[in-house]
Amino acid sequence: MAKPLTTPEERIALFQRLFSDTIPHNKALGLKVLAVARGLASMQLDWREELVGNPETRVLAGGPLTAMLDGCCGMAVATMLKEPMPFATLDLRIDYAKPAVPGKPVIAEAECYRITRSVAFTRAFAHQGDPKDPVAAAAGTFMLGTKGKVTPAHLRGRELLGKGAVA
Amino acid sequence: MSRGLMKHLAEARKRGDVGRLAEAIPYARWMRIAPENGTGELLTRMRFHDSLIGNTFLPAIHGGTLGAMLEMAAIFHLLWEIETETVPKIVNITVDYLRSARPLDVIASAKVTKQGRRMVNVFAEAWQDDRNRPVATAQAHFLVTADDEPSAL
Repeated sequence: MAKPLTTPEERIALFQRLFSDTIPHNKALGLKVLAVARGLASMQLDWREELVGNPETRVLAGGPLTAMLDGCCGMAVATMLKEPMPFATLDLRIDYAKPAVPGKPVIAEAECYRITRSVAFTRAFAHQGDPKDPVAAAAGTFMLGTKGKVTPAHLRGRELLGKGAVA
Repeated sequence: MSRGLMKHLAEARKRGDVGRLAEAIPYARWMRIAPENGTGELLTRMRFHDSLIGNTFLPAIHGGTLGAMLEMAAIFHLLWEIETETVPKIVNITVDYLRSARPLDVIASAKVTKQGRRMVNVFAEAWQDDRNRPVATAQAHFLVTADDEPSAL
């Protein structure tokens, strides 16, 4: 039996471990969990040269924001689950409101505002300090209880990655 | 505002090698996303590497990276296929996830659904070993006029 998490710090540490440290792509982006509460999640992405889309303006590419907003919405869904279960993004819409200021971290705040037996609905904003002045907005839906059937092709993938990579 | 990328585009056209476009974009290099036109059709490939994984159990590629590569595929397609004097500026994108992407290369194609004077609507599709079984599709809008603000790309 896991002991209940009481303090916000404990919750943040747990979600940092589950969503950022152990998910290879989130780790590669260096996503940091800022806050977790029931139905709410917040993450930070630090600006880095290799995430730039246009070397002249040094503005971040859309891709890292997409990955961050997907991850943050997913984390908001996880906070609503009574028991852990696999789930998968069904669709994700991103509106790019304005370019992110180069060099400054981007903060994502996601909300899971409705959850049913099969589907979870989320919204998120990305901003650089002022939530009322967003860089991007997202709406994502998630399919819950995806069995995640392991096919022979997935097994081949596991072999490919090696045991160490999929511990 | 994107002379670097436009210069790469001009050079890529001269040599008929669209792959050079990705060299100008740090994020594309980091993600190992690059366009290729070896088959006569412009396709964008995301080479598999371990840090693309989003689900270590299956394992499956992170959904965010599929959205990112569909967006890049649409941009490369617009740069290569339409007469543009500026880097297309993404307005929005909607990604549908159809099946989990395994630890293999992902390939994407894009086509213009509607081209207006300022706005272009693009459909992009990504698959792995079987083009008839796409892993994700996307619909995106881009601004393509030079008189707009500097591109967000």
